[in-house]
Amino acid sequence: MTDVTILWTAVYIAMLAAFTGYVVISRVPAILHTPLMSGSNFIHGIVLVGAMVALGLATTPLEQGIGFVAVILGAANVTGGYIVTERILQMFDRSGKKPGKEV
Amino acid sequence: MADLSWLIEPVYIVTIFFFIIGMQRMSHPLTARSGIVWAGAAMLIATLVTFFTPHLTNLALIAIAIVIGGGFGYIAAKRVAMTNMPQMIALYNGMGGGAAAGISAVALLGTTTATTGSLAVVGGLIGAVSFTGSIVAFLKLQGWMRPRPITFPGQHIINILVLALAVVSGVLVIAQPSWIPLSVTMYLPLFFVLSLGFGLLMTLPIGGADMPVVISMYNAFTGLAVALDGFSFATPNYAMVVAGIIVGAAGSLLTLNMARAMNRSLSNVFFGAFGATEEKGVMIQGSMKSIEADDVAVLLAYADKVIIAPGYGMAVAQAQQKVKELTDLLGSRNIQVKFAIHPVAGRMPGHMNVLLAEAGVAYDHLFDRDEINPEFPSTDVVLVIGANDVVNPAAHRQGSPLFGMPILDVEQAKNVIVLKRGQGRGFAGIENDLFYRDNTRMLYGDAQESVGKLVQAIKKL
Repeated sequence: MTDVTILWTAVYIAMLAAFTGYVVISRVPAILHTPLMSGSNFIHGIVLVGAMVALGLATTPLEQGIGFVAVILGAANVTGGYIVTERILQMFDRSGKKPGKEV
Repeated sequence: MADLSWLIEPVYIVTIFFFIIGMQRMSHPLTARSGIVWAGAAMLIATLVTFFTPHLTNLALIAIAIVIGGGFGYIAAKRVAMTNMPQMIALYNGMGGGAAAGISAVALLGTTTATTGSLAVVGGLIGAVSFTGSIVAFLKLQGWMRPRPITFPGQHIINILVLALAVVSGVLVIAQPSWIPLSVTMYLPLFFVLSLGFGLLMTLPIGGADMPVVISMYNAFTGLAVALDGFSFATPNYAMVVAGIIVGAAGSLLTLNMARAMNRSLSNVFFGAFGATEEKGVMIQGSMKSIEADDVAVLLAYADKVIIAPGYGMAVAQAQQKVKELTDLLGSRNIQVKFAIHPVAGRMPGHMNVLLAEAGVAYDHLFDRDEINPEFPSTDVVLVIGANDVVNPAAHRQGSPLFGMPILDVEQAKNVIVLKRGQGRGFAGIENDLFYRDNTRMLYGDAQESVGKLVQAIKKL
């Protein structure tokens, strides 16, 4: 793809994705702000796949080192983001059984 | 191994679809819990299919790094107490930003075109700022760093200078003009050091009270950085681009909503150094009057209507279980108990709701600021548990740094009991007029202990 094509594709995608993000958030009650912030924090953990490709295609030791750290950080973003969101949302479970105290 | 790389794009499309479904479900209380499961499943398949990327090497290194990072994230998130969730969001958000900066760095060390290089530079700058900024937010909320704004003369000028230098070195990374006899290996470290430095400098002057807004904004930053980095590969990674922009847009809107709830503009948050300055020339009349738990118990036991206004102090003291006990006890005596939840009580919107839900307080007892404010004049006792700035009537006085912030008008109730550890100030670092009012009494001590004493005392009545 040429640079210009990439740029225009980027603009199209950005517009549609930004609209999606806006619509999803705009009708949210205040009590769900924290879980949603945490949830979107998890979703940008998709950076992990980019870090994997960066490390997987790295050739020099410097690139490998940076890629390695990037994958560690990305993976922590994914698992940490998931668990935090899960734990916060557990509080919203009204099915009767109390969430256990995790230590 | 068979070539399965054709699977990548379809799986990424499914991933994005699931992410959107997941966020959609997370935005309704009833479906919220399943939302994260959808998003989690999507992340899992996206990660697995990425191993099929053509020419991928260093597979062992990738696996090791995933185990280290994933293991840390999992264990730390499982162990941390519910009260510390806000700073954990900040921490993991910073790590995402760091990963994005790392991807940019690797991309810029390799070959890039003017377009992909520029996108990688912008992504790297935003990712690096989000990384150090979030870490500072984490340290401040965790209490490993003074939460008060850190200011020094010429701060704004230095910050802008650092940002400008970062941008200049970023341009040099892409342009690599031949008339400067330095290679990219010189500009690149300089660029990242300046970007990381700017994130640090930009967050230092922001006080603890504004941290939720800041974390939310860095969350949007990381999303944007991830989106831009999606273009730094030979074939653009559209899963990163779309997911990143969705987070960027959703995060920006969330940030504005939060700032609006505090009646603070974003420029105020970032350049105001909230709480660093004192309001001059205002003398507060009266004195703080303390009260014993037994006397509060009597007030409560013979009240018709009680409103509880919780704040961060309740979270710190882990008092929510005791508060729930007190609520049940008063309820059994046919006393009406309601909770007044300020949108920014605690350290994040919804922080109080989450804690009270954890303790088993029913949702229909929780009321928004706008819903509950008309009820204070007809209320016998208001219990302010560890809240400060959100009940400070100084917000109604022109000239106060808090002026204009919508607050809980607890001072209109017949009796106001403030549960507080000591005579300190709130996050905003502003003296609270409420504590000096005639109808206000201070019940000093740890909130959990104090509420426990109240429960015991009421039982005896």
